[in-house]
Amino acid sequence: METIRRAVISIPPDIKEAIRKAYLEEDGEVAKAQLKAILDNIELAEKLQRPMCQDTGTIIFYVRVGHSFPAIHVTEEALIKAVRRATQDVPLRPNSVNPFTSANTGDNTGRYIPFIHWEVIAGEELEFTVVPKGGGSEYPAVLKMVPPGKGVDAIKEVVLDAVLQAGAMPCPPTIVGVGVGGGADIAMVLAKKAASLRKVGTRNEDPVLARLEEELHKLVNYLGIGVMGMGGRTTALAVHVEYAHRHPANYPVAVVFQCWATRRATATVKPDASYTITQ
Amino acid sequence: MTIYYLKTPVREEEVRRLRVGDIIYVSGVVVTARDAAHRRMIDYVKEGKTLPVDLKDGVIYHCGPVVSKKGGGWEVISAGPTTSARLELYEPTVIEEVGVRIVVGKGGMGPKTAEACSKYGAAYVTFTGGAGVLAANAIRKVIGVEWLDLGIPEALWVFETENFGPLIVTIDGTGRNYIEEVVERAKAVKSKMPTKFTQSTFP
Repeated sequence: METIRRAVISIPPDIKEAIRKAYLEEDGEVAKAQLKAILDNIELAEKLQRPMCQDTGTIIFYVRVGHSFPAIHVTEEALIKAVRRATQDVPLRPNSVNPFTSANTGDNTGRYIPFIHWEVIAGEELEFTVVPKGGGSEYPAVLKMVPPGKGVDAIKEVVLDAVLQAGAMPCPPTIVGVGVGGGADIAMVLAKKAASLRKVGTRNEDPVLARLEEELHKLVNYLGIGVMGMGGRTTALAVHVEYAHRHPANYPVAVVFQCWATRRATATVKPDASYTITQ
Repeated sequence: MTIYYLKTPVREEEVRRLRVGDIIYVSGVVVTARDAAHRRMIDYVKEGKTLPVDLKDGVIYHCGPVVSKKGGGWEVISAGPTTSARLELYEPTVIEEVGVRIVVGKGGMGPKTAEACSKYGAAYVTFTGGAGVLAANAIRKVIGVEWLDLGIPEALWVFETENFGPLIVTIDGTGRNYIEEVVERAKAVKSKMPTKFTQSTFP
């Protein structure tokens, strides 16, 4: 519950720093005013202890559970209960809607929601990151199965087209997450992790991919869409690329946007239930 | 770039004066409406029913707020704009039939809304996306809520605001569309980019 609260109220330090840098570098009057509003909003949310954005998102958990963590069997239930409580107490906006009846469950839970990604690691601790993901930045997500012969050039094409198509919708300055390879589902998961989990300022450890990230970042900003689509120097705070090996016949390229209001917080839980929260 | 302070109800000539890039602050009644509320408004118009809130010369806000019950009323916790593009389907009809003067949202709207703005004398203005606490700070009180059966985000929330802004005029009464112009320029930039990755990047 506290981890969700922290995520929706306090922006992670890497994001705040990146926005401040964009503000200092911006010379367009309208874009600078927008960045100022964003920075003021971040401060005000912190001061009043209120969710920085009214869209408190769909709650996604990325869990890394130690193989001998004693409460492993009740973890799922605890996370779902925490979402219900956070909806009441923080509060969060109820965002869980049945796609067929449009009925809102009212508590941010529902079929497969909150979604929990599980990873089992060695050890006795539980670590999870909560990402309340906004709907506006999810809307322009893209998956393209490009002809494998086009290879790396196609990645550039897909990313730039996605950024153009997205325009002002995902609340730029965004973090553009790109997932390559694996399969349709795998590319999408990698793109989302690249957008929402990876810290701004980090580069892919593979030097070729690190260069690709830098080049894509420059190209995206060169388009000049700018903060909230008002033109300007910064359209993306970063471009992150992750990959998986692919089937010879397929070359999936997925693009997921993370709005400037990146909500993420990580909790590490010890076997005695004591915990620490970091961002 | 000019700054205007407007009070609701907003007269047509006040809106006709606005130009893209101008900044406005709105005081008075602002009513939230998202997809489901827009759909229902159009149903009401078709059936000749009266809307529960008078929106003639009014201000619509694309927003689904975070609210909490306080005493007998409601408190607004966070209330930034939602992506307006989805409302492109309905907004021209709402401007024409309901007589809305100012539409507040984020992310831009399309040519049909721009056409309706120039024809009927309305403007589309944007508030900084995600700045939910900043927006809530300009809301003095919740006057009422209608159509709560649509769910909290989709209901018609009737707010009393004081200097709600800065709102940037993005579509004006001449039909100019600021964000579309920026995106068109970006498309032109992209079309001039080399399609191959440079040799230095990919040996």
